[in-house]
Amino acid sequence: MPVSVVIPSVLAPAARGQTEFEVPDASGSVRGVLEALAAEFPVLGRRLRDERGALRRHVNVYVGGQDVRRLEGLDTAVRPGQEVLVIQSVAGG
Amino acid sequence: MESSRYLLAIGTKKGLWLATSPDRRSWTLGEPQFLMQEIPSIGIDTRGGRTRVLVGVRSEHFGPTVVHSDDLGASWSEPEEGSVVFPEGTDAALERIWQIRPDTERRSGVVWAGAEPISVWKSTDGGRTFALNRALWDHADKDQWGAGAGGAAAHTIVPDATDDSLVHVAMSTGGVYRSTDAGASWTARNHGISAYFLPDPNPEVGQCVHKIAADTDGRLYAQNHRGVYRSDDSGDTWVSIAEGLPADFGFVMLTHPRRGGTAWVVPLVSDWERIAPGGHLAVHRTDDAGSTWRALDHGLPAVDYNTVLRDAASVDSAEPVGVYFGTRGGSVYASADEGESFQEVAARLPDVLCVRAAALPEGVGSSGADDGGPGA
Repeated sequence: MPVSVVIPSVLAPAARGQTEFEVPDASGSVRGVLEALAAEFPVLGRRLRDERGALRRHVNVYVGGQDVRRLEGLDTAVRPGQEVLVIQSVAGG
Repeated sequence: MESSRYLLAIGTKKGLWLATSPDRRSWTLGEPQFLMQEIPSIGIDTRGGRTRVLVGVRSEHFGPTVVHSDDLGASWSEPEEGSVVFPEGTDAALERIWQIRPDTERRSGVVWAGAEPISVWKSTDGGRTFALNRALWDHADKDQWGAGAGGAAAHTIVPDATDDSLVHVAMSTGGVYRSTDAGASWTARNHGISAYFLPDPNPEVGQCVHKIAADTDGRLYAQNHRGVYRSDDSGDTWVSIAEGLPADFGFVMLTHPRRGGTAWVVPLVSDWERIAPGGHLAVHRTDDAGSTWRALDHGLPAVDYNTVLRDAASVDSAEPVGVYFGTRGGSVYASADEGESFQEVAARLPDVLCVRAAALPEGVGSSGADDGGPGA
């Protein structure tokens, strides 16, 4: 069962206009989900994580309604059928 | 649409504006692009008869990148793999592109970039992709480099006009570095430049240089964090040329593209008072390599307390040379006569971070610069 991913609409241009995805094989973690997305949409991948692979500071990822920074970070487990939400944080001036 | 012979690109805290003009008197300001994204660096590359606009874009949320347009901003491209990407093993991530510098006509395809964290990058494909200069990145002085208020960055790159092996780089803080082997090695060149904010005010390394520029006679000029300097020996030694200026603090240093000895600065009172003296913004020009200075303020407001940042000023290559600058209050001023008189081109934009202008090659510029769509 695939994992569904939702990204902010502001990032749709980096993903050929899409904001919702089905990721079939995400190797069980948020990192795996994001790597699968980046493989198909490299520009989107760079918007979400820097070249060290770290989640950008103002990009938040939720699994099961929980901010992964409060869980295991990119190692947070993602079970089949779960939804991964990518939301930009409240930041800026 | 009227043909546009001149392009003025304005990078702000919240987007990019392009303005075009047939005569540098009448300017048409386009709609904002990359709205809500910071534009700290712009390069306009008119070599080879085509105009490529390169823009450093930084989203507070989604990070920095470099994009380019070959149609005056109607469309933008970036390579999928990214333009400026720290290679594996550096354990670094790009924070911001501070400088995009097309090289000279004779080095076609070469574009330099300066970035935060302190790093210099070189493109040989016209600015599409850049490679990290490892000699500077791995430099032994690195632990002596620091961050100014805006961050730690290599903000200025000055490739020599004729000597393919000679390049100068300025970083804050760190100072001026010179390579005489095309970037294979770098040596600090700060003798004579004060760093009053350090225990040793005359160190080899650690100066807070704000901007450097070269003139066509081979001189270098530096606007420092307190201090305006000139070097006649490629940076080996620096002498003060601040006498005659109302203040020695500021961020801007511009040089004339064809006439040696001519340079422009925008003095601010001091590091503790980063406003123009008396709240009266003025450009100061020397035509004798810093021996004397003249205030130029015709057309500028009587009162303006806004700062002009290091890359928020530029010259074009037309005759006479155009001088342009923008303020953190969002005003942009243009002069078509080397600073003798200014007119306001834009007002109440977000903080202006970067301004670049160019005379466009023949046959370019008939399309508008006001219809582009922002990239993500």
